[in-house]
Amino acid sequence: MATGTVPGPGKARGVFSAGRAQIAEKTLRTDNWRASPIFMAVILGIFVVYSGVRLFMNDNYYAAQEHYLTPMYSPCISEACVEGSSDFGTWLPDLGTGVPIAILAFPILTLFRATCYYYRKAGWRSFLLSPQACGVPEPWKKYTGESRFPLVLANWHRYFWMGACLLLLINTFDAFKAFEGVGDGIGMGVGTVIMWVNLIALWMYSMSCHACRHILGGQLKHFSKHPVRYRIWKFISKINPKHGDWALISLFTVIATDAYIMAVSAEWISDFRFFN
Amino acid sequence: MSYEAHFRVWRGDIDGGALHDFTVEVNEGEVVLDIIHRIQATQAPDLAVRWNCKAGKCGSCSAEINGWPRLMCMTRMSIFSPEEIITITPLRTFPVIRDLVTDVSFNFKKAQAVPSFTPPKELQPGEYRMQQVDVERSQEFRKCIECFLCQTVCHVIRDHEENKPSFAGPRFLMRIAELDMHPLDVADRKDLAQDEHGLGYCNITKCCTEVCPEHIKITDNALIPMKERVMTRKYDPLIWLGRKIARRS
Repeated sequence: MATGTVPGPGKARGVFSAGRAQIAEKTLRTDNWRASPIFMAVILGIFVVYSGVRLFMNDNYYAAQEHYLTPMYSPCISEACVEGSSDFGTWLPDLGTGVPIAILAFPILTLFRATCYYYRKAGWRSFLLSPQACGVPEPWKKYTGESRFPLVLANWHRYFWMGACLLLLINTFDAFKAFEGVGDGIGMGVGTVIMWVNLIALWMYSMSCHACRHILGGQLKHFSKHPVRYRIWKFISKINPKHGDWALISLFTVIATDAYIMAVSAEWISDFRFFN
Repeated sequence: MSYEAHFRVWRGDIDGGALHDFTVEVNEGEVVLDIIHRIQATQAPDLAVRWNCKAGKCGSCSAEINGWPRLMCMTRMSIFSPEEIITITPLRTFPVIRDLVTDVSFNFKKAQAVPSFTPPKELQPGEYRMQQVDVERSQEFRKCIECFLCQTVCHVIRDHEENKPSFAGPRFLMRIAELDMHPLDVADRKDLAQDEHGLGYCNITKCCTEVCPEHIKITDNALIPMKERVMTRKYDPLIWLGRKIARRS
């Protein structure tokens, strides 16, 4: 017979609450349940640090010869943007060295990812520990989830999704522009391929979004009266189960694309051209 | 191939209990429930365990196996190595009655609180007509066998007893979603889901989906779509503004 110490009546909460089976262990899981939340925390931490540094760098975001604009700075709409990077006008004044040029795109993309259902799951598990893993008690005495301000605002995800889709259209323009040759004509380099891989990953991530699925068809009660929207909903429902995968893949492709364009722009490396 | 497995089974009642060790024979093709029955037959005849169909369809033999909520009848012994110590406890979210049997009446009370299917008043039974495309979404949720593993694993009530009055749990939020998506249901369930059944407590960590023995995509197909519907009703600023303007005009 094995015995353990069950918390006393004053401390009894959660799985130790009165009336439940008195088991001393918080969890009896024997698998490596810590690995997943730690892995996710590391990945998200890397992205936050990288994007934070890049946000305030305000440099090396446009490879002028190759016409590569990093998605982190697109659209570049500040008067401080380097020549050739502002295809959509410069309608924001130069706000000085301490203010990020990507002041429009960055908040939209950050809020889109922060309120994404997949990242919410990851954040709750890895940072808020509610719960770290299934069947593992969380450390907090109280929990109200997303029922109160400010977390209830996560429900505005659909608006950030719409904003992100507009930015994605601009990213698509940028990806086509990456076919412009060095000097003149049509060209294609490694950077073009990287930008297109990133673009596909971003479109898959955005189109498999739960809010997108709801807006384009899920909100309907009668699919039979809306056959086109039903087909769209069915398509999104097919890619939606992989939304989490696309969320992570696109995270890495954004970093890779930005890092590559930064390296080309800073002339740390030269872009290999397939044709020019 | 047979071998001797080491089991730890929680035995006790509301006044206390402990994990008891058993060494028991395991044969090829057996499931955990077979081993529990062997312990009952050979070593602990008074071991209390709830079971019925042995086919994963009645939802009776829910327990926690190595800390993971599972149906004992659907957990093959072949997923464990012969050296592994297998720990079986009752569900740790509900009050224990005895040994592996828990009082799951919380779930029945929550079920009663969900208004039943409400067809249009002008339709009489026998006059319901609907198309397959309109009902197939809800049909996924009808696979639920009410084993309450999703309720057990949900941290909102597992870790917070005080949330039980205000949170229905994934099974019944899924039921609300099922009815809200039903083409002939006319009841308004969005305010109810958020205000009475605590949909906002759900932080979509997907444990309910992970433990579902019927592989229902509870979070992706029921809870998140329901959250989106509630969003439209209660938190969408543009729709709120549109309603205000419409009322004035």
